[in-house]
Amino acid sequence: MERGQMKSKLITLHINGRTHEVALKPNATLLQALRDLGYTDVKSGCEKGDCGACAVLLNGEAVNSCLVLAWQADGAEIVTDAGLGTLDDPHPLQQAFADAGAAQCGYCTPGMIISAKALLDRNPSPTEDEIREAISGNLCRCTGYSQIIEAVQLAAERMGGGR
Amino acid sequence: MTYQENYEPKPLPEVELPELRQVGKPLRRIDALGKTTGTTVYAGDYTMPNMLHGKVFRSSEPSARITRLDVSRAEALDGVACVLTADDLPGAGLATDMPGQTGTEERKGTRAPVLASDRVRFYGEPIALVAAETEELAQQALDLIEIEYEPLPGVFDPVEALKPDAPGSTQSPIVYEPDNVVSRWKIRKGDVGAGFAFADEIVESTFRVPFVEHAYLEPEGGVSWVDEQGVINIRVSTQVVEHFRKVADAVGVPQNKIRTRGAMVGGGFGGKEDITVEIFLALMAKETRRPVRLVYTREESFIAQSKRHPFIITHRTGVKKSGRITAAEIEMTADAGAYPYLSRYVLLYATIMSTGPYRIDNLRVDSVAAATNQPFTSAMRGFGGPQAAVAYEQQMDAIAERLGLDPLEVRRVNYVETGDPNATGQRIDSAAWLEETASHALAGLGEKEQGEGPIKIGRGLASYFQSYGRITWFHDTAQAWVGVEMDGAVVVRCGVPDHGGGQINSLAQIAGELLGAPLDEVTVYSTDSAVTPLAGTTTATRQLYMSGSAVHKAASAVREVLLERASKHFEEPVENLDLADGHVFVRSDPEKAMALDELVARCASEGLPLSNLALFTAPFTEELDPETGQGDVFPDFTFGAQAVEVAVDTETGEVTVLKSVAAHDVGRAINPAAVQGQIQGGSAQGLGYALMEEFVVEEGVAATPSFSEYLIPTAVDFPDTEAIILESGTGVGPFGAKGIGEPALTPAAPAVANAVADALGVRITELPITPQRVLEALEAARD
Repeated sequence: MERGQMKSKLITLHINGRTHEVALKPNATLLQALRDLGYTDVKSGCEKGDCGACAVLLNGEAVNSCLVLAWQADGAEIVTDAGLGTLDDPHPLQQAFADAGAAQCGYCTPGMIISAKALLDRNPSPTEDEIREAISGNLCRCTGYSQIIEAVQLAAERMGGGR
Repeated sequence: MTYQENYEPKPLPEVELPELRQVGKPLRRIDALGKTTGTTVYAGDYTMPNMLHGKVFRSSEPSARITRLDVSRAEALDGVACVLTADDLPGAGLATDMPGQTGTEERKGTRAPVLASDRVRFYGEPIALVAAETEELAQQALDLIEIEYEPLPGVFDPVEALKPDAPGSTQSPIVYEPDNVVSRWKIRKGDVGAGFAFADEIVESTFRVPFVEHAYLEPEGGVSWVDEQGVINIRVSTQVVEHFRKVADAVGVPQNKIRTRGAMVGGGFGGKEDITVEIFLALMAKETRRPVRLVYTREESFIAQSKRHPFIITHRTGVKKSGRITAAEIEMTADAGAYPYLSRYVLLYATIMSTGPYRIDNLRVDSVAAATNQPFTSAMRGFGGPQAAVAYEQQMDAIAERLGLDPLEVRRVNYVETGDPNATGQRIDSAAWLEETASHALAGLGEKEQGEGPIKIGRGLASYFQSYGRITWFHDTAQAWVGVEMDGAVVVRCGVPDHGGGQINSLAQIAGELLGAPLDEVTVYSTDSAVTPLAGTTTATRQLYMSGSAVHKAASAVREVLLERASKHFEEPVENLDLADGHVFVRSDPEKAMALDELVARCASEGLPLSNLALFTAPFTEELDPETGQGDVFPDFTFGAQAVEVAVDTETGEVTVLKSVAAHDVGRAINPAAVQGQIQGGSAQGLGYALMEEFVVEEGVAATPSFSEYLIPTAVDFPDTEAIILESGTGVGPFGAKGIGEPALTPAAPAVANAVADALGVRITELPITPQRVLEALEAARD
């Protein structure tokens, strides 16, 4: 079957507490679906799973949304960085990243925060090595990672974990 | 082993920096929460009503004649709005070697075709544009474009390109007329022959550095539309909104019919200094009269835009037994790739900085950039300075080893001091804290680790100097508008693009400092070629210096109006008044105060000017003397150093960075947290340069066009670089600031190379220092 002739299917995506019913072709990635729906905080950096910029929480697990087909997310709960908090009411991780200077160009930041969120959800008091490991699939070209690691530690402390 | 076990930090000269309220404080940047909450919208995130999707058809050959190009099947595809080829263009081409916002005369023969017509000169060269209803349709249309090539002999090595019998110069087409020489520079100073005759030893070394990819996380992209006045608007990720002029030229419309609106740039590092998608977008929007979005794929980003120049650099240095340099001859050959772009100026930077921060009175430097059928090369963080530093700092350690001296001692006896001339005879006017930064960096390493068995431990140092601000014969300017609203809130309008270094935040801190407004009451509008005063490029580590100074000037003018009016009210001299926390107050009696909104209301009712548009101009100079290479070229220089400790596994060849300490004199840190971020991020790029990064090109074809092939540092590759921020207060920027954006990268790679040589007793002269190169070097040393 040639591209463009594949049949669309109506699927349901629960994103940041909103529900969308969308008709998508089988080859549409979750990344494309999210961005087309306006969730542009989910960044496209490589579309091959190499950079982590498109990370979202899929039923609580951090995934690269470019490696997930939208159909696979049918019915799933998806949380993007923008779903964690807002300018006026940021999530502690978003606040800590801002306070620690962890966002420079900011393009890797939403994916980075999602990976950090997944880490703190399962391990509220991570060591530095555990933080490094958890974000090792998220590339950052600006910071050298030091202030990002500091931000995750700061958020863990503020959230009652930390070391 | 030539490095000592322990170093003492050299005491710093006494500097008195006034304590300020916002400047010098690690405040949360004004752009931070927008980025962390996913609120910030990047250029490629924008959509417009009725928007089309663009794609670029690119050459699959590095050197060929196009014998047939047929786009009819693509055009016929349902949903395709336009297919454009060279035949559809006005024909002006793209001016490649004119840095943005300069009046510099364009050099003949430096244009590149916007779309190739008869000849392609590099793999990935654009040939056609497609705009379609969806991205998928645009991709299908690309697949329907029919093309036939007649491959032509290519030249893939700058040294080959310069040989008289190279394929490019006799039977085969030349990549760049008439002889593949894109640019040459030379420096002639003193008496090199006499200097060598006076030397006790002559040390000669050759160093090589590879292509490097900028690898910003945000690929190039943007959206364009034609508005109700017929203005072609381009929302784009760029370091240079002033490119609207070149876009107008290439598209064939007046300059006031192109408006470039930037966005927060998702990383630039020089890669978004040249035009990227702007002309393509404008052409498609103009043709279709519909909005068009074009965002590169990662692979396209890797093959379409510039790379850091590969260099081959040879140093021949005469030294006394004391380590004092008596003469130097330096030769540099750079690969310019298929089109000139900024090679001429990158080569100039490398040439001027080729000596390093050392006083060399008898000097001969010859440099050349040669065209090849490789990816074109242009600006990347440091702009030739890092390549020069990889060579000059390894040469300093090679000299130390030959003479059996401490590497810091060899540097110490040669370091330039304030008042000394550099290679082009330009006097260093600001503080030159070279021994200070080097000794702080070395001391910061602490106790040396002990190696065991096959693991060898080594230490390395690199000092550097790097210009900030543009070449002074470009006659650089920046403008900024600063105003106070009726409620006392501050507005800054300044064309500066922010690519993540904290450019707009620095402006906010400066304006807030001068106008007494807390940082969250300052709003900065930026990066719009039509409605924000043009501030010039976010390149050359110039924005804090240039736009920061323009904002300082404009805010100072508004401050003066406010204080003079308050002076009448309080019947106190202006000198006894100050602005802070949204109030004007009497310094000697802070109880006597008035809220800023009240003061502003009084000024407004009396018609006093509550805003100011300021123009800041850098020093203007004439071009270098072409025969001697002597003259002033830069506003000022940043000085610093980095020291690292590495472990080398002599069985596997693997190099592990154990410790990294960087010390830079930044003049004055406007925001120390942002400065720390620049230093640590720059260091990571430099460590990647040393050990990991090489954009491999095989016979002109990119062999590593993805993040799984072109590896950049991850969170688990390197330890934190400790950032030691020193402040001499002597920079030419606002409040005595120097620049740190580019300098932060420069010393990391040579420090690592020196540490590996210290560990092994064998020097690896080619970057990156891969396990294979380590093992080969050890093997060669055994033979």
